[in-house]
Amino acid sequence: MKKLMLAAGLSAALLMPSLSQAATYKIDTQGAHAFIQFKIQHLGYSWLLGRFNTFDGQFEYDAKAPEKSAIEVTIDTTSLDSNHAERDKHLKGSDFLDVSKFPQSTFKSTGFKSTGAGEGVLTGDFTLHGVTKSISFPVKMIGEGKDPWGGYRAGFEGKTTLKLSDYGIDYNLGPASTTVEIGLFIEGIRQ
Amino acid sequence: MIRNTTSAYGWVSIAFHWLMALAVFGLFGLGLYMVELTYYDAWYRGSLDLHKSAGVMLALAWLLRLIWKLRNPQPQPLGNKVWEHKVAHLTHILLYLLMLALFVSGYLISTADGRAIEVFGLFELPATLTHANQEDIAGVIHWALAWSIMMLAGLHAVAAIKHHWLDKDKTLVRMLKPGA
Repeated sequence: MKKLMLAAGLSAALLMPSLSQAATYKIDTQGAHAFIQFKIQHLGYSWLLGRFNTFDGQFEYDAKAPEKSAIEVTIDTTSLDSNHAERDKHLKGSDFLDVSKFPQSTFKSTGFKSTGAGEGVLTGDFTLHGVTKSISFPVKMIGEGKDPWGGYRAGFEGKTTLKLSDYGIDYNLGPASTTVEIGLFIEGIRQ
Repeated sequence: MIRNTTSAYGWVSIAFHWLMALAVFGLFGLGLYMVELTYYDAWYRGSLDLHKSAGVMLALAWLLRLIWKLRNPQPQPLGNKVWEHKVAHLTHILLYLLMLALFVSGYLISTADGRAIEVFGLFELPATLTHANQEDIAGVIHWALAWSIMMLAGLHAVAAIKHHWLDKDKTLVRMLKPGA
């Protein structure tokens, strides 16, 4: 196994035009091994969880050169799903995400700072509800390696808390529900 | 008089007409009102439950009314303008069809996530279609249909008043008094 990996690594290194070039991974949305979830307090008594079912993106990652890590994700905001149609309709309406006007939310990284093995702080421009802000949040690698079907995968997770009013969403959900936590759980397939 | 004749309405048809008119206008007002309520309004949930439950009841009334209508003689239109009769007939047919479409669209909003509609806690109307974004598409259609029905009902009412005041015939009176 080790020999095989070494051989694979060597041949890859020989074939690659530039050694420092980080590998590109396509987020595995096709196999749904990637999730974008949100979590917000309900009345201050419990949590409401939801997710965006449709998104795509890719990331650059090389364990040897983590500073070169980059990611781009585009979320289809109309795919919001909190497992309740009437609530989804409300959340997609003009009181919240106004998805007919802002059908996309995007995140485009502008920098990555390694803070340890498989850990770092990702910075990037996040656009939601037509408002773009630079945000930074910690991300962590879950694992990487060959999959059983001939590919190579790497997975990360990260979460950040956003203030709804920062993005022009000021509907009163109560004092406990002014922020939303966004969780990214993504697995990419090396291209 | 329970049943219609070819010249007058029976009280069943009259009751259906006015109760459903009341329900349609009531639900329209409630619908416009409830979507403006905010999360911390006490009636934020109750208004929607009432709208859904009353809407299902209205749909049932629609069905019973149609069956009753088809099994009864129809009072002939008054006046002698053929085009008026045609417009009136078309308006009536459209009101029935738009109402049916309204019920279906409302049902598709609430059941888009596969959840049944609970009707006054008495019974549940199960979900069928659960397409992605169904609640949004059905919502737009529901809104447009509701306004169309309001406008058509307005025309219907204006026509009835015209018959009463200008033509001085029994069109409006016979919808108020059985056997008139």
